[in-house]
Amino acid sequence: MEILMAFLIGILFMSATYLMLSKSLLRIIVGTGLLSHGAHLLILTMGGLKRGAAPLLGQHAEAYADPLPQALILTAIVISFGVTAFFLVLAYRAYQELGTDNMDRMRGKEGNE
Amino acid sequence: MNSLIILPILIPLLTGIILIFFSKNIPVQKLISVISSLLMVLSALYLAVAVYQDGIQTMNLSNWEAPFGITLVSDMLSALLVLTTSVIALACLLYSFRSIGKERESFFYYPVFFFLVLGINGAFTTGDIFNLFVFFEVMLMASYVLLVLGGTKIQLRETIKYILVNVISSALFVIAVAYLYSVVGTLNMAHISERISQIGQPGIVTVIAVFFLLVFGIKGAIFPLYFWLPGSYYAPPAPVMAMFGALLTKVGVYSITRTYTLFFYHDTGYTHGLLEILSIFTIIVGVIGAIAYSDVKKIIIYNVIVAVGVILFGVATLTEESLAGSVFYLIHDMIIKAALFLLIGIIVKITGTSSIKKMGGLIHQYPALAWTFFIAALALAGIPPLSGFAGKVLIVRSGLESGNYWGAGIVLLSSLFVLFSVMKIFINVFWGSPRAYRQQEPVPAKWLLAAPAVLTAFAVLYGLGTEALYPIISLAAETLSNPEIYINAVLKE
Repeated sequence: MEILMAFLIGILFMSATYLMLSKSLLRIIVGTGLLSHGAHLLILTMGGLKRGAAPLLGQHAEAYADPLPQALILTAIVISFGVTAFFLVLAYRAYQELGTDNMDRMRGKEGNE
Repeated sequence: MNSLIILPILIPLLTGIILIFFSKNIPVQKLISVISSLLMVLSALYLAVAVYQDGIQTMNLSNWEAPFGITLVSDMLSALLVLTTSVIALACLLYSFRSIGKERESFFYYPVFFFLVLGINGAFTTGDIFNLFVFFEVMLMASYVLLVLGGTKIQLRETIKYILVNVISSALFVIAVAYLYSVVGTLNMAHISERISQIGQPGIVTVIAVFFLLVFGIKGAIFPLYFWLPGSYYAPPAPVMAMFGALLTKVGVYSITRTYTLFFYHDTGYTHGLLEILSIFTIIVGVIGAIAYSDVKKIIIYNVIVAVGVILFGVATLTEESLAGSVFYLIHDMIIKAALFLLIGIIVKITGTSSIKKMGGLIHQYPALAWTFFIAALALAGIPPLSGFAGKVLIVRSGLESGNYWGAGIVLLSSLFVLFSVMKIFINVFWGSPRAYRQQEPVPAKWLLAAPAVLTAFAVLYGLGTEALYPIISLAAETLSNPEIYINAVLKE
């Protein structure tokens, strides 16, 4: 199971890298989304995918899934939500002000407006 | 008593929250922010004294025992850095009052400023690797807002690049923590260190060490990963630039120092050898940038990169003396970079340009500004009675003792070029015949000069009081070079 997840995460990272190297700003933001998906799945996988009950004490199970990676993922998810929302609004503002979403044309002249 | 550690984190948090409610009432915002940043300086000073007298202070949040809860740890290094951060924050705040302008002040400038300080102080104090990630994000999120606040074209453009680089490096941080967790199964820094020394750093831990170097190297702008810094730091107004240049990269440097002295010290031939090579290249590219440009902001920005290289060269040498030198140089550099960025903020405000070719003769009208800049420039280069000297001497001497003549030589030579780059500013901007500058409004240069002048005075005193400060600094270096002290303080039975 971990092997399968490793391949999936690898494909996610690959797609994210490809998208982030493109010219359009929206494709880059889609790439950051895929990158954070990959990172979150990686925490889950690295915490171990052994069989066990959901980490709820009411289940009275023999073994539980490791609760720590789940808490880490939850934290990382809300942080990347916040950053992505900010990034999207920034891209919108930049499109209004600069009139382009092409990263090549956002270079600007050396040290001025 | 122990809950003292949390005050430098708690005070900016509460201040930031309170200030949100007064966003339109600027006098009240200024009053509250001055009072609370003074309180922050006092609490940080008190914490540093406590650490000096009673050794490392730890605090288990909500009384959970050490490896299971989040632990805040304040050793001498973090206490000193928190104190320096608080002083610089106060200076930048006072400078902001006269320079930042109403349109930014009424849109949450001060709350975000305090959230930035919260993130920095938290990152210096935490004893948990994931908590460090969270404080990094607090700091970065605040820095995105400070960078873009005002919404000019150059700020929008550069913020996009800055966010993109930091989103990637944050994802890499999460990945690195995930790998480390799968190897050692814990997140508490002292416990990680203990577990790594039990398994004796196998190959996979070395890979993770390089991964951490990649992550913190992006934050701290080391050689192949510094590409984002010159553009991003060019965009914001002067006090924000001073906060960024003095504090943000230093958090990355601190994290490299912490992880490479606490976790990954078993296979130093590979990891520290890599760090050494990268730090030397960092110095070289920084120096090349500093002498290449004729733009005041760009010159100081590339000097930030040089300083990162010098500090990390001391860390890579990994003797107690070189670590003491690094700590000395780190604190010196935070103070003097803040002073220099604030000073060139005044220069840019007076002349309306940042190209040194369009300036000249400012010393006739602004002699105090000129001499403050001169002293700050000498302190940056490390002229003996001033602050940059002691740290560099220790770094160079331990580099020579460990047989790294090339590295030590480049550190020495870099001082010369750094001095050349800042003297180029001094000669072109202050000497020569005065020129007429188009000014829409008079610049309150006397008031603005107060904050950088006080910081420069600190730098001078820091240089003169080297002998008195040495026991404190060597205490920090002793903890860094003996991880057992740190581990025992955190995981006490």
